[in-house]
Amino acid sequence: MTGPLLAIENLTRDYVLRAKGGATRSLRAVDGVSLAVEAGSIFAVVGESGCGKSTLARIVMALDRPTGGTVRLGGDDLFALSPKALARKRRDVQMVFQDPYGSLNPRHSVGRIVAEPLHLLDDAPKGRDRTALVVRALEDVGLPAHAAERYPHEFSGGQRQRIAIARALITNPKLVVADEAVSALDLSIQAQILRLILSLRDRHGLTVLFITHNIGVVDEIADRVGVMQAGRLVETGTVREVLDHPREDYTRTLLAAEPTLAGLGQRRRRA
Amino acid sequence: MLAIRHLSIAFPRAGAEARVVEDVSVEVGRGESLGIVGESGSGKSMLSLATIGLLPKSARTSGEILLDGKNILGMGERELCSLRGRRIGMIFQEPMTALNPAMTAGEQIAEGIRLHRGTGRAEARAEALRLLDRVRIPDSARRIDSYPHEMSGGQRQRVGIAIALALKPDLLIADEPTTALDVTVQKEILDILDELVADLGLSLILISHDLGVIARSTDRTLVMCRGRAIEEGPTERVLRHPAAPYTRDLIAALPRRVRAGLGEDPALAGGAR
Repeated sequence: MTGPLLAIENLTRDYVLRAKGGATRSLRAVDGVSLAVEAGSIFAVVGESGCGKSTLARIVMALDRPTGGTVRLGGDDLFALSPKALARKRRDVQMVFQDPYGSLNPRHSVGRIVAEPLHLLDDAPKGRDRTALVVRALEDVGLPAHAAERYPHEFSGGQRQRIAIARALITNPKLVVADEAVSALDLSIQAQILRLILSLRDRHGLTVLFITHNIGVVDEIADRVGVMQAGRLVETGTVREVLDHPREDYTRTLLAAEPTLAGLGQRRRRA
Repeated sequence: MLAIRHLSIAFPRAGAEARVVEDVSVEVGRGESLGIVGESGSGKSMLSLATIGLLPKSARTSGEILLDGKNILGMGERELCSLRGRRIGMIFQEPMTALNPAMTAGEQIAEGIRLHRGTGRAEARAEALRLLDRVRIPDSARRIDSYPHEMSGGQRQRVGIAIALALKPDLLIADEPTTALDVTVQKEILDILDELVADLGLSLILISHDLGVIARSTDRTLVMCRGRAIEEGPTERVLRHPAAPYTRDLIAALPRRVRAGLGEDPALAGGAR
């Protein structure tokens, strides 16, 4: 394969809103977005509430359909594939969600949760081979093998997010979409999970579309970043270009609003 | 103005008891802003609930919380009621759940003014409008009749602040007031809080897990971990020259961008990465 792993061209998604009395209007959640993610790289999409970043993530996961434009994964247009071909394609892309408490079924053992995406595959290993695969996936994210027999409530938020990452990696996907995957975590745990994602990228050549509102996190983890505002990608570039030399006013506003330790002593000076 | 001395809070558990705050002492002066920082389960919210007398009934406390010399922990519900709102205002994290969905912004702000001061309806409404302007709600004359669901998160939090200010308290407690908000909105809300402390001479207890927020908006900082006070002092001293290993770890876990501005502190180098 040549070219980027994920290529999004002129993607648009309109939602029809029904107001009282039957009147309808249309909301353009994603508006002409184009971006490309190279294999083995981490591309962050950063933006505030309602900017369309989660809609973008859902379309890349083929959980929603675009109104216009294309999403190519490994060269194939996801929305031109037959349902059967799309189902096969799904093994190549997995998702990690924000809330590690809501995204794991509390009634299932961790082993069953992590193995679940394998049901998609006709050629998935069974029996002892499957158990071994689950154990490898758990160990890959820094969890002990015996975690497989335990249940989500026995784990902390950071450990649950490791379980969610193990589940995402079990089909050996080409792309992982992480939607605010560290936003619900305490700072020290957030730093650990970011380091885990970076090490998985380095060890397995993982490609990540990382959706976040947090610029500090973008700086830590991403190679390239796209800044989204009101459905549009207003600025795209390497993390260093965009964060150190922002071209757009909106990017500058976003950067300036982030509270940092540079704010120390400001209060006294203002007073 | 407020002095917390040797405060411990525990909840009965089967067998032993769960101690969520252990022997914490801290003071807030008039016009001073105190930051309380800690991760989940550090006890920072329990400390603030104790200060406004809202701990669950099953909580067992020891030590004292002195507001101008009077111990809040020893007060009955009647006395606490006259203190809440009038002496201490509280701002919560989730403005959507903290506000009453069935009342307009104006009614909720005016409610306390009418109940506590016996002010008439029209006068209370006029005061509510002044408060909405004070927290810089755009188009306040129209917004006063809006319901919470018709407002954005930032506007709701402004209404929350207006309610907390309605009875002109001396002390505001803000528990993660901007955690649910976008950064650009967060900045506006923090600017308003800074301004209230500066203009009205309010004291502020700002509870946050975000050291960037603590750095920009507080004079002094208390770092908590698992119910204990880890260290306390002027915010600049605590963040630039942390004495406790826990505080150093917390700073080291910050994204580089947030840590930037501290300069190269040899004690932190290589900590996070």
